[in-house]
Amino acid sequence: MKNSEGMSKIVKTAASTIFVFTLIYGLYVIAHGHLTPGGGFQGGAVVASGLVMLIVVFGSSWTMKKIKEENLSILESFGAIGFIGLGFLGLLFTGIFFKNFIVGHNMFFGMIPDFGSTIANINTGGVLPLMNFAVGLKVIAGLFAIVLVMAHATSSYSKEAGKK
Amino acid sequence: MKMSKRNVLGIVAFSILTVFLVFSMLMLHFGNIHPFGNPQENDMDSYIISNAQEETGANNAVTSVVFDYRGFDTLGEATILFTAVAGVVLLFRRLKK
Repeated sequence: MKNSEGMSKIVKTAASTIFVFTLIYGLYVIAHGHLTPGGGFQGGAVVASGLVMLIVVFGSSWTMKKIKEENLSILESFGAIGFIGLGFLGLLFTGIFFKNFIVGHNMFFGMIPDFGSTIANINTGGVLPLMNFAVGLKVIAGLFAIVLVMAHATSSYSKEAGKK
Repeated sequence: MKMSKRNVLGIVAFSILTVFLVFSMLMLHFGNIHPFGNPQENDMDSYIISNAQEETGANNAVTSVVFDYRGFDTLGEATILFTAVAGVVLLFRRLKK
């Protein structure tokens, strides 16, 4: 934490503590998308807001140095490919696009819960948890890339304007 | 930009006409909406409530609709997000030297 830009040392210390819990909570919402309210989009938004807090606290050029926006684009494309690939795997195995092809097998998220309100079992849902992960990755990288690129562009623009 | 009096009058008249049209259409069909709080019995609702757990294996019926029954819709949603990110990154790349 030697960089001079960003907020004061107190804010930086508090934010780096809070950031971990935000990350854990967002990943929890993504991972339990097929059991509890929430899912890929919502959990991804939680994680992305935690990352945006880093931009606010540490400054955009510091964040840009740590995480390039090209890497975020690659991550987002991986999420999109995973999501579409799962849809096409359904087409491959059962002949129906976006068919849940894993459910019914007793392994790899394939179990079926009893009817009604039952105790949540993480090993259910078939293709849904995998799709939640793909969409979550996509939303994290996408939202963070949008905010990072905009913040970096505006800050570098104002810096150049201040020089002149 | 300077606007002449005729242009302003035309814009105001057009806005009033649009508001009037939308409002009259809304009023015309307002009686057909079901009363608040009492949704009608729907075959799709009861089908999803009784079959979603067995067919998709997810306790959360909303997720089973979003990612399984209406997966194609979610694909469009993901495409919108992808397009938005691509557009923003493309737009702000020009500011960097």
